[in-house]
Amino acid sequence: MIEVDSRGRRCPLPIIDLARRMPSVPVGAVVRVLADDPAAANDIPAWCRMKGQEYLGSPAPDAYDVRRVT
Amino acid sequence: MEYTAEQAGRPAYLDAASAAPMHPVARQALLASLEDGWADPDRLYAAGRRAQQLRDAATATAAECLGVRPDELTFLPSGTAAVHAAVLGGLAGRARAGQTLVHSAIEHSSVLHAAARHGTAAEVGVARSGRLDLDAWHAAVTRPGVALASLISASHEVGTLQPVAAAAESCAQAGVPLHVDAAQSIGRVPVPPGWSLLTASARKWGGPSGVGVLVVRKGTRWLSPYPGDDLHRPHPPGALDLPAVVAAAASLRAVLAEAQTEGVRLGALVDRIRGCVAATVPDVEIVGDPVERLPHLVTFSCLYVDGEALLHALDRHGFAVSSGSSCTASTLRPSHVLEAMGVLSHGNVRVSLHRGTTEADVDRFLAVLPGVVAGIREEAGM
Repeated sequence: MIEVDSRGRRCPLPIIDLARRMPSVPVGAVVRVLADDPAAANDIPAWCRMKGQEYLGSPAPDAYDVRRVT
Repeated sequence: MEYTAEQAGRPAYLDAASAAPMHPVARQALLASLEDGWADPDRLYAAGRRAQQLRDAATATAAECLGVRPDELTFLPSGTAAVHAAVLGGLAGRARAGQTLVHSAIEHSSVLHAAARHGTAAEVGVARSGRLDLDAWHAAVTRPGVALASLISASHEVGTLQPVAAAAESCAQAGVPLHVDAAQSIGRVPVPPGWSLLTASARKWGGPSGVGVLVVRKGTRWLSPYPGDDLHRPHPPGALDLPAVVAAAASLRAVLAEAQTEGVRLGALVDRIRGCVAATVPDVEIVGDPVERLPHLVTFSCLYVDGEALLHALDRHGFAVSSGSSCTASTLRPSHVLEAMGVLSHGNVRVSLHRGTTEADVDRFLAVLPGVVAGIREEAGM
């Protein structure tokens, strides 16, 4: 499991962290973003929609799973 | 990132949805009514009667503009006060029928705060476009125990027009009165019929701030949430600012006379903003319904951009806009409207136009925006 730890960072920083990490993620792999900013719950799925990646949901509080599709 | 304090054009105020610049008619009426508007309109001496005449004339004018009876309309000290009176008074009047307030997930915060004060609220979701889920609405208002329903006529944050007539139809079937928060529509677009309570805010149409309007249709059960003598008829809590009320009514009439022409003009400018921003700013989401919308308002979100930084940068270029991003909110939470729609909440900008907005203002905004967004992204390492 690839992890991006953005706890303590305010939006849009968690989304920026995720986007910058994405190129090094193999297609098909899952990234777990740890983020405690309240906007992350809304903006991580929105980022996935805009960038054509798959949002897998939030397995735990402040954790969000994203699968690289393209 | 390169910003200078040099503005390449005149400053452009693009936040009419918060408060529109005062209409010239409002200014004239305000000055003219200062002469007689200071006295207590409820007193029996000559000065009081003159003030009462002003109040009655303003009430009659506003009622005529909204197509209601003068005794159905009350001026209150703000749009927020009007919403609170509509929601709390509507719930209190129907306490025997139930306790629940049904409202959309994208209501103005004043409705949500009133709902929270009261107790039970049932929230109805919206589509990605910001339009009410009518099936869910119908199910919610037809459940037992619903006292009142509240629906915004058009979203104050993204401009999407709401299906008021259909929502009112469901309410009528269930015998539930409907409150419509028409603050963004009045003076811009017609409000569909079928409601029992309506609220508006004068500063949104170009009247002065500090004037709200509450309409309670005849036959609607309403009980004042405020202490006072007559609990069955709305009254402002304390003295009204009569000159402001007169200015509000006069400007409403003036604005309605221009509304159709202005709607076409501003609607075209907003179409241009929607198209141009999508074409010139990468990774941007233009939100709200592109067609079923208010003519003067458009909202978009820019990926990887801090909303506060964007507002400050645009301000340095002379543009006043608003934002629903969490970093710009006192609560540090993203806008509940953007959340309910599931659209990007950071890097969010709301642009709202008014009668003073020119084509040149919009052109300059569209010329400046891509560079501003690119600069902020560059600074963030994107």
